[in-house]
Amino acid sequence: MTLPKLTLPAGFAKDVDQWRNAKKGGAMRQKTGWAMAIALGLSGGLSGCINIDAPEEPIVIELNINIRQEVIYRLAEDANETIEENADIF
Amino acid sequence: MNKTIRTTTLAFAASALTLTAFAAPANAQRDPAYAAARSAGTIGEQVDGYLGIVGAPTPSLQRLVDDINIKRRAVYARKAQENSATLEEYALTAGCQAILRTVPGEKYQAPDRTWKTRTGAPPERDARCP
Repeated sequence: MTLPKLTLPAGFAKDVDQWRNAKKGGAMRQKTGWAMAIALGLSGGLSGCINIDAPEEPIVIELNINIRQEVIYRLAEDANETIEENADIF
Repeated sequence: MNKTIRTTTLAFAASALTLTAFAAPANAQRDPAYAAARSAGTIGEQVDGYLGIVGAPTPSLQRLVDDINIKRRAVYARKAQENSATLEEYALTAGCQAILRTVPGEKYQAPDRTWKTRTGAPPERDARCP
């Protein structure tokens, strides 16, 4: 795997060397993985901007999908009584 | 003695009448036009707990459906508050039950929002319905 050439802090280079020398697996590798991810994120943040435009269409949130089954189960008995008590409109 | 019994009986009869008078609105039956439209399948139970017009809408059907749906909404709003639920949650639950209570020949909305005619078999309902 070839990585793009990056200017990295000295500590990072050391970490990379450690990672290279490390055997497969182990905590060190995990740690350097994080360092690398942070460094990449920082370099990405410095090199450019991401512009996000608001969509022209309004954002519609379908509330119906948020109704959970447990709520329906809780209300079921009461709803049944309501239907019986209001037989003229059900 | 006899007089006392008669008075008591009268009192009971009077209270029974009063009770019936008060109970009547709650147990009132469907308006004939509503009952006819249900049986004819021109209106049906929607999944959201309200009535819908199955075919082409007519002014009289629209009026009938709107009138009942407004009343249903008022009931749902009150009951939802009593049960610490949202209006939509309560309405959807009532829809589950109302669809279950349809009788063969009546129309109901399947989860895909198409109209189905109720048969002897259980209706197709939302997966969340109890």
